[in-house]
This record gives sequence, C-alpha cells and structure tokens, in this order.
Amino acid sequence: MMAIASEQQTVDLREPSGWRRSKNQIATVGMWVAFVVMLVPLGFVLFTVIGKGASAITWQFLTGNIPINVLPVTFGGVGPAVYGTLVITGFASLMAIPLGVLGGIYINEYGGNQVLARVINFFADVMTGVPSIIMGLFIFTIWVLHFGYSGFAGSLALACLMLPIVIRSTYEMLRLVPDSLREASYALGATKARVTLTVVLPAAIGGIVSGALLAVARAAGETAPLVFTILVTQTLNKNLFSGANTALSTLIFQNATQPYTGAQARAWGSALTLIAIAFILMIVARLITARFARYDR
Amino acid sequence: MSIAAKADPATPAGSASPLTKRRPFGDRSFQVLCLAAGLLVLIILALIAISMTQQSTTWFTTAGWSGVFSTNWDPAHNAYGALPFIYGTLITAAIAIVIAFPVSLGISLLLTEVLPGRFARPVVYVIDLLAVVPSVVWGLWGFLVLAPWLQKIYQSIASGLTGVPVLSTFFGGTSVSGTSFFTTGLILAIMITPIVTSLSREVIATVPTIDREGAYALGATRWEMIRGAVWPHSQAGVVGAVLLGLGRAMGETIAAALVIGSSATITTHLFNPGYSMPSVIANEFGEATVGEFRSALIGMGVLLFVLTIIINLSARAIVDRSARRTRGA
Repeated sequence: MMAIASEQQTVDLREPSGWRRSKNQIATVGMWVAFVVMLVPLGFVLFTVIGKGASAITWQFLTGNIPINVLPVTFGGVGPAVYGTLVITGFASLMAIPLGVLGGIYINEYGGNQVLARVINFFADVMTGVPSIIMGLFIFTIWVLHFGYSGFAGSLALACLMLPIVIRSTYEMLRLVPDSLREASYALGATKARVTLTVVLPAAIGGIVSGALLAVARAAGETAPLVFTILVTQTLNKNLFSGANTALSTLIFQNATQPYTGAQARAWGSALTLIAIAFILMIVARLITARFARYDR
Repeated sequence: MSIAAKADPATPAGSASPLTKRRPFGDRSFQVLCLAAGLLVLIILALIAISMTQQSTTWFTTAGWSGVFSTNWDPAHNAYGALPFIYGTLITAAIAIVIAFPVSLGISLLLTEVLPGRFARPVVYVIDLLAVVPSVVWGLWGFLVLAPWLQKIYQSIASGLTGVPVLSTFFGGTSVSGTSFFTTGLILAIMITPIVTSLSREVIATVPTIDREGAYALGATRWEMIRGAVWPHSQAGVVGAVLLGLGRAMGETIAAALVIGSSATITTHLFNPGYSMPSVIANEFGEATVGEFRSALIGMGVLLFVLTIIINLSARAIVDRSARRTRGA
C-alpha cells in the first residue's frame, strides 16, 4: 500500500504541474487582456473621429473662414484655426528646438560630471512632468499681463513645454555617440565647438530630429497652454505678435460644448485634422529614426 | 592629449594644444551659448515659481490658511475655497492610476517577457499612437460619445446598488451623471497608460538576462520567473513610473475640463459630477478678469505646480536609487 502511494506521488519534472501551469497561462492571458483593454479606447476614438470627421474634410473646410456656430459644417471652414496651429506651433519650434539642442549639447558635451550639468539635466527631466496648464498660466503672468494676448504668447508657452523634451531627447542621443569619434577629431586638432558641430551632432542628427518632431507633435495638440495666452477668436489674425489668435485645439475645446450640430461637426473635423498632423509628424520621426539614426537605443 | 580631452571634457583639446595657447573666440562663445541654453531650464522653473506666486498672493493673504483649504467655493460672494478641487484632482488621479497600473504593467510584461522583438515593435507603435492623440480629442470624445453612453450604465449600477452598504457609498448616489469623477478617471487612465507603459518597460528591460535564466533553470514557469526574478528587480522603478503617471494625471487639464461635470462638490459618489484644479482654472479663467478670483485660480496653479514637482522629484529619486542599486549589484 505504502509503496503504491509514494509511486503515485512521483512528479513529472518535464512539465510544470497543473496549478502552476494554469497560473502561468492565466498570467499570459492577463497580459494579452491588458493589451486589448488599451486597444479598445484607441480603436473607439479613432473610429469615431474618422467616422464623424472625414465627411467634413474638404479644401474649403481647411481654408474657409469660421462661420457662426449655428451654420452647418458645409458653410465655411476652420481656416484661421489651421493657420493659427501651424504658425504658433512653428514659431514655438523655431525657439525651442535650437535652444533645446544647445542645452542637450551643454549637458553631454560640456557639463561632464559637473554638479551644474547634473542639476540642469535633473530639472529638465522634472520640467517634462510639469503640467502644460502651468506653462500657459506662467506666460499669462509674465507676458500677457504686460503685452496682451497674441499668437506669440501662445508660441512662448508651447516653447516652454517643448524645451525640456528637446533637451532630454538630444542628451539621450548624444550619449550614444561613441567617444572614439570625438577623440579622432581632437587628434586632428579641431576645437571643441567644431568637433561638436561637425562630428558629434551629425552623428546623432537622426535621433535628435526625430525627438524634436515628437516634441512638435505633442505641442501641436496642446490646448491648455493656448487657452490662457491667445484668447480665442473666430477671425483670421495673420499678425502673430498682436491681437487674439485661434488654433485647432482651442476651437475643438470651444465647440465641444456647443449644442449646434454644425459647431460639433467642425470640432470633429478639426480633431481629425489635428490627429492627422500629429500622426504625420510621428511617422516622419519614425522614418527618420529608421533611415538616418546611426546609433539607436 | 586626446585621451585627456575625453576624460575631462571641461578642458577641451584646443586649450592644451601647443600651437594655440588660448581657445579661439568662437569656440568659447559656443560653450557659453550652450551653457545659457541649459541654464534657461532653471531660469524658467524659477520664474514660474516666482511670477505665479506673486500673482496669487492676493488670494493667499485675503483668504488665509483656512480660506484656501475650505470647501466653500462661491466666486459670486468672494469665497474661494480650493478643497473641492484638491479633492477632485486627487480622486480622479487615484482612479486613473488604479485602472492604468495593471494595464500598463501587463502590456510592459507582454512586451518584454512574452513577445519576441519583431512582434513587440508593432505594439510599441500602437502605444505611441495612443500617446499622440491630443488631450482635447480625448475630451471631445469623452464628452460627446463616452459620457452619454456611460450615463446609462452608471444609472443602472447606481439603482442596482441602492441599499448595499459599502458599494453604494462609492457607486450609488442620486445625481448620477455621465460627466463625473469616474469618467474623468477613465479618460485620464487612457491618457497616462502610454507613459506608464513605456517607463515600466524601460525598467523591466534592465533586468539581467542571467536572473531570468537562473529562474528558468530552477524549473520556474514564466509567471514564477516574473514574480521571482523580474519583479523584485524592477519593483522600485515601476513604482517611480506609476508616480510619474500620477503627476501627469493630476495636471491633465482639457480632457478633465470637458468630462468632469464642473461641480465644486466633495462626495464619495464617484458617478457624481465633480471638479479638479486644472479644469476649474481652464473653465473659469475667462470669467475671472480681475481681482481675487483670478488670483485664486493662479494660486491653484501654484498648488498644482508644487504638487506635481514634489511627485516628480520623489519619482525621480525612487527610480535613480533603484537604478544605482541595480548597477551596483
């Protein structure tokens, strides 16, 4: 009797026993479920935005003037908002990307192990976590209160948002450039600035550009920094430096709570335009990384 | 000479050259330019703190400690208590984390432990897609599509739970609405999932292969290997990632402004409308043209700034400490 019982208890070492195997399978299924849970809202929002926005998109919609809210979507368009988004984001990029790249260069090339460089790197990282609304309020207090609302104030707020992102991504990319490249250029007698600008930077340019584009994509969709700085208007304002301006994101924010179907349809059309801009920037960034990045993580 | 330049980047090769004793002007000015760009980060952060605190002193001095942390929000009668908004910010961020944490952890484990590289890449693309959908689009969708749909579900849950002791305190209530704390928490969860996922994935990817192989060699299943080798190693980093996600959730403005329901009330009923700090600033700023009202809104911005800075600093400290310990081991 005893011998038979112990014989039955012999475990099969090749495969985990029943409960252990089931637990493992439950865990794997759980991970897949998590992935599906993430896919559902993404699919749902893309489906809705394309379904409701695609019919609105025409050339007239992208360039026409914003009509009063009661008019259906076939009248006019969101031209001033498209213009505002492109110009405000473009100007923000013009300020933030060069400064961000220079800041990244400082941290990696000049800072070394100095305390100051480490502090700047640390706070750039912390600054990426500062909510975008704070940047809007900040520019409101130091710029708008003195110089009034303008598209430029919006650019400043977006630039504050982009700066730490560009600094961090530049730093991460420069870190990947091997020291042998720098040493070879120093051996030829080049100065540090020349080494950085003509050897190190070109070696990392793919990653830096794609990081910058991702920052632009994020800034283009931001609403909170603009609400406090550009004071939304409905008419086209070509002057970036004075007077209220408008953007796609603020237009969506305004029109979302409008009861009129025309205004809502314009919001959906603008949402699709905004998502398209962000996606295109992201895809271009990916292509650049794939094509030009010599040192990828 | 070149090796010295590498070891100490502060004294670049040019300065040690016997041919040119002094570094050329262009070389030095480029260094100064880079330093100035780097310092801009510190200057902006300092200016944010100074200028916003300055603009909000009216509120802090007039309302005082008890006024700021009171529940009474009534701009028409000059009562600006921020407690309902602080409560709303914390509760919606908490809901977001409770939902986003398991999902993000699951996806990052799927990416690192289950899927081989070439299958993981498309999943990463999908996460990136989720990350670039603008906040205002989530808000538009949440307000016009999700909230009306959830309203019916909330109502049937709330009526089904009438009289049930604990659950009805959270999911019951009479003024159940589609735009509520819970809807906001859901939207915030969707929005922070990409960042929590990618940060956790980076942390989990640093687990040494030898630890994994060791666990497998002892006969562990994949799940036992994750529990025994991956989790102890990446626990602190994942906590840091979750904290960073929490900071993002607290500061999220536009989506919350559209779906939170805009009602300055403190209630345990999660299906009721509420308010949060960033959303009240965005919604009311246009009306607050002058005086204590505007000061109170900017003051709430200061509270939010301090809160997110503290969360970010502690998250960074946790991640750095765990990274150092890992490298040391």
